[in-house]
Amino acid sequence: MNYQPVIGLEVHVQLLTDTKIFCGCSTTFGSEPNSQTCPVCLGLPGALPVLNGTVVEFAVKAGLSTNCTITPRSIFARKNYFYPDLPKGYQISQFEDPICQRGWLDITLAGQEPKRIGITRIHMEEDAGKLVHGDSDMGAGSGVDLNRACTPLLEVVSEPDLRSSDEAVAYLKQLHQIVTWLGICDGNMEEGSFRCDANVSVMPVGSQTLGTRAEIKNVNSFKFVKQAIEYEIQRQIDLIEDGGTVVQETRLFDPNSGKTRSMRSKEEAHDYRYFPDPDLVPLVISEQWIERSRSELPELPGQRQQRFMADLGLPPYDAEVLTASRALSDYFEAGVAAHGNAKAVGNWVMGEITRALNDSGSSIENCPVPPERLAELLKLIDNGTISGKIAKTVFDEMWKSGKAPRTIVEEQGLVQVSDSGAIEGIIDEILAANAGQVEEYRSGKERVFGFFVGQVMKASKGKANPALVNELLLGRLKGQDGG
Amino acid sequence: MNIFDLTIHELHTALKGKQVSSLEATSAMLKRIESVEPQVGSFITVTPEQALAAARSADQRIARGNCAKLTGIPLALKDIFLTEGVRTTCGSRILNNFIPPYSATSWEKLHDHGAVLLGKLNQDEFAMGSSNESSAFGSTRNPWDTSRIPGGSSGGSAAAVAARQAIATLGTDTGGSVRQPASHCGCVGMKPTYGRVSRYGVIAYASSLDQVGPLTRDVADCALMLEAVAGYDPKDSTSVDTPVPDYSTALGGGVKGLRIGLPKEYFIDGLDPDVQKAMAAAIDTFRRLGAEFVDISLPHTDYAVATYYLIATAEASSNLARYDGVRFGHRAQAGNLLDMYTKSRSEGFGSEVKRRIMLGTYALSSGYYDAYYVKAQKVRTLIMNDFIRAFNDVDVMLTPVAPTPAFKIGEKINDPLQMYLSDIFTIPVNLAGTCAMSLPAGFSAEGLPIGLQLIGKPFGEEAILRAGYAFEQATEWHTRTAAL
Repeated sequence: MNYQPVIGLEVHVQLLTDTKIFCGCSTTFGSEPNSQTCPVCLGLPGALPVLNGTVVEFAVKAGLSTNCTITPRSIFARKNYFYPDLPKGYQISQFEDPICQRGWLDITLAGQEPKRIGITRIHMEEDAGKLVHGDSDMGAGSGVDLNRACTPLLEVVSEPDLRSSDEAVAYLKQLHQIVTWLGICDGNMEEGSFRCDANVSVMPVGSQTLGTRAEIKNVNSFKFVKQAIEYEIQRQIDLIEDGGTVVQETRLFDPNSGKTRSMRSKEEAHDYRYFPDPDLVPLVISEQWIERSRSELPELPGQRQQRFMADLGLPPYDAEVLTASRALSDYFEAGVAAHGNAKAVGNWVMGEITRALNDSGSSIENCPVPPERLAELLKLIDNGTISGKIAKTVFDEMWKSGKAPRTIVEEQGLVQVSDSGAIEGIIDEILAANAGQVEEYRSGKERVFGFFVGQVMKASKGKANPALVNELLLGRLKGQDGG
Repeated sequence: MNIFDLTIHELHTALKGKQVSSLEATSAMLKRIESVEPQVGSFITVTPEQALAAARSADQRIARGNCAKLTGIPLALKDIFLTEGVRTTCGSRILNNFIPPYSATSWEKLHDHGAVLLGKLNQDEFAMGSSNESSAFGSTRNPWDTSRIPGGSSGGSAAAVAARQAIATLGTDTGGSVRQPASHCGCVGMKPTYGRVSRYGVIAYASSLDQVGPLTRDVADCALMLEAVAGYDPKDSTSVDTPVPDYSTALGGGVKGLRIGLPKEYFIDGLDPDVQKAMAAAIDTFRRLGAEFVDISLPHTDYAVATYYLIATAEASSNLARYDGVRFGHRAQAGNLLDMYTKSRSEGFGSEVKRRIMLGTYALSSGYYDAYYVKAQKVRTLIMNDFIRAFNDVDVMLTPVAPTPAFKIGEKINDPLQMYLSDIFTIPVNLAGTCAMSLPAGFSAEGLPIGLQLIGKPFGEEAILRAGYAFEQATEWHTRTAAL
């Protein structure tokens, strides 16, 4: 039998606010355990939460960017369960009436039509702290670090509209791109700033009845999401084929083995006893507020991609690559503004710039070659001052020294030689020194031509104008007898 | 006259006129506490050193000519208010050794006025009770008859005022916890409108119902205390940003033409005859002073107690989850996490608290949530609407505070339902979120105080204070003192 996988994703997006969601403590990482805490995030008796307005702003931005409706009156709820990293014995979250509802994202897999993936809801909540086990200070015991407690999260819940691991990854990547683009999340999956739980079930192809789902937790990279979903789909199919039934449960993905394993069954699942948090008043968001927020939204990656194709004539692939992040895209646009030729700037950004960033492990935000300098370099190629090949040498030097391209060209004497007399002189020397190869060429082995070009360029230290070299060399070899 | 017999406004005049120092007043209070505490048991913690130090600094302040209304006045707080550096137990074993690192906003405000803290007062555990018998530190006794309960849950706060162990106190009122003990102990007790006073730093029982309120010797003191603690607090999202009136200057003016509603559901057959008599006499007094009476109905009153015990316990079950032994409070020795939780909580909480946690957990459980919690919220709205409708016709309402005077210690402790019914006339006010005050209105044949309740419109504290003040001026009930 053939099976149809059905997948829904729940994504936790950690928001880039300076302070926590319900108190004024800092959200920065890496401080001494429990140093960024106060009575509120420690859950001390008598302490009360006060909502951080920036969190609401970010949530509305996320909602508007994913085509959600903003709930005019949304409610915070308590999710009750006991765990040592949860100071109050409940997490303040949203349950009924979350801040954003009924959105969607369009995803496109290579060679396929766009597909619309529904977003059920986006809600705001606080994070828990973390347990520290077996630290040297604690001997065999465990400690609780509440620095992370009460940091703001958005939970983005998709409809079960995804049908393959590739679709899931495409959706996840797009969501990741949007939240980082908006500047509301740093997107760091390894550190858990953007983390994903996947609900996976399978049903026979053509069936209308969804299968029993398993929720997979702890998938913290795009690669693992793909791996975990694929493993889980196969596990469920194998189970059904062997005459078993899938049970509703929570499963944990183990990145080392690439497998999922059972964490707790439905019977062991918590009854969270959600109810409206009486310490927080309903959050009322006016139409004007929403409209102002909408007008302040930046151009989103999808929109910018369309513009790059329509206005700059970029091919779809280039447009997609050049909108991978807002910073990269801004860099590209600044380069185009300074130079004018979008295709040329795009090629350099996708080529040399990306390579150099990867080699140095740096990011576009910290690119040592500003876009205006890149444009200057390209202009030097355009006006024949240097060849494209030399330009790469100049670029490497710009990267290292931060100097202007013209300065480097002048200091190192890299100006392209377009003086035909000088080039002819070099050609003559090369031909004289390689009489054997000249003979070969003339007897019909035209492949030797490349050898001569290489020799001439080498002798000119790469500065000879390659087009001129070709032309003159051809004339010498074909037109005249040697000597 | 003894210093400890003075009201706030009397002592303030004496302090300002340098007839007495705060140090003398505070020492007199501490001595009084020492002498009557064995009979009454109002305090969980007395803080003599801090009190004397605070009195000295208040005297310096007064010497500089900076004598605010509460400067140098010796007060005490229900042990539900967090006091930085001073043990705060909430009447529970689970917080037996809890020293808070911060103070409640309401105490901070009093402290800023230069008030002197004498200590922390006994209460029902986590404010759950109507008799003070659920305190882990033993029951407080009623100063008028020490075989009887002082009321609850702010029993220590009422008893301390009645026994002249503090000039005034603060309590909290979730279902009557200020007004019922005030009534039983013959003092004035106010439950302000929900949102009028910050709840920050007040240990939560039922967050949507809890409200801080003063217990005092007379209405003028009540106004002074309310003025000091009321107001918006950015740390409490449910506190309301509306200006605080000058309650003291609003006291005069009388009740001529005031329309007072008598809700028929509060004058039931089961009412104690002495309470009935006191209410009738009070109505006469008000009528003589020029008030008009209007018969009104609050038709959903019957459902109030049931509604309260679903909403309050549901919220409590969640509010008390933080007492898990992990970060503070009692932690039992155990081999694993689950045992640590269950043992710490089993040992730390008393039986009434456990009963309410279980009730509330049940009411919120999946499958029961709609039938209990959601339904209770709907009924709560009906009860609120009762008040809104009735207040279209009247300015204030007059009712008894409790169906009977103070009962005997042990009398109802094994009958929770009977105990719960002692708050039948106070609970609806908390559900409606409005304000009400209890003030002395007579004595039973056995010499036990009887209080009357004036209920005001939301943020209508001035109207009930004014009516209460007029009544007080026309009667002498508040001048009587318990013989100890």
